[in-house]
Amino acid sequence: MSTIALTEDHHGGSTAVRDWSGPASKRIVTGFGFWIFILSDMVMFSAFFATYAVLLGQTAGGPSGRDLFDLRNVAIETGFLLASSFTCGLGTIAVDARNKLWFQVSMAITCVFGLAFLTIELREFSSLVARGAGPTRSAFLSAFFTLVGCHGMHVSAGILWLLTMMAQVYAKGFRADIQRRLLCFALFWHALDIIWIAVFTVVYLLGSAK
Amino acid sequence: MTNGHDEAFHGIDLAPGDEHVEAGGIAQRVLGYLTGLGLAILLTATSFFVAGTSLVWEPSIPVALVVLAIAQMGVHVVFFLHITTGADNTNNVLALAFGILIVMLVMTGSLWIMSNLNHNNMMPMDQLMRMQR
Repeated sequence: MSTIALTEDHHGGSTAVRDWSGPASKRIVTGFGFWIFILSDMVMFSAFFATYAVLLGQTAGGPSGRDLFDLRNVAIETGFLLASSFTCGLGTIAVDARNKLWFQVSMAITCVFGLAFLTIELREFSSLVARGAGPTRSAFLSAFFTLVGCHGMHVSAGILWLLTMMAQVYAKGFRADIQRRLLCFALFWHALDIIWIAVFTVVYLLGSAK
Repeated sequence: MTNGHDEAFHGIDLAPGDEHVEAGGIAQRVLGYLTGLGLAILLTATSFFVAGTSLVWEPSIPVALVVLAIAQMGVHVVFFLHITTGADNTNNVLALAFGILIVMLVMTGSLWIMSNLNHNNMMPMDQLMRMQR
């Protein structure tokens, strides 16, 4: 991105002054492209959220959110995902500091927190299905499993990506292209946490309101 | 004319235009993430508290939850994603604004239309039959 400023000179004419020449760096372009992907992902999620909000009352005589959701569990899940977002940020700093050990440790902790989140979520799903409240029970539960499951799939994909990045840094070091991938991964992981904010607010807190 | 990029790469062996190093020392950046974490924990805790309490006027709870969620998203965007108002971020902010527009259209549009439909379907059956005659 170059900035061109037009300044008035003494003769009333204008001169173009460029304070920076050349195209934007690859890192900025890559980050922008990935940001567009994340935003389109969020637009997709907004459709799932709208579906859930519309179908919230359509329980077909089955259990509603208030009967099913365990908010303590959700609070723990939220804590794990938030903590993993923080350790992912520490990993980003480690990349810029070129500190491999610090990077691998913080990414490993991020991975453990992410797996803990997924475990709690899967246990919740299986207990719902065991209680006869599976995705086929009602429109409300279909929407619930689609929305929360879609977020869970994103987290699973993120963990696979995270392990790949750990291996790549181990094998290839902090090369420029590896660093751009790490930038994209950090964006992805933080974006998952943002979507989770909407999930715990809309699905669990509003969904179990009186 | 000097390349304004040169200063940013002091002491590091990099190809120009390939990457950049974030401004600020390590301690400062860790502090930034800690601030974000603290704010996020505060907002999350408030959300869960508000949802479970009877101290707050009940009809206000959904609005409060939505406001708290949007505030926390803002915290994440600034402290974790580093989408700022800086010069190299203009495009990101514009894309974000467009994304928010579409998300709002999808959400409010669906809710509005469906609540209207529900409202019209709420009519008692005999009244509906009378209308059809």
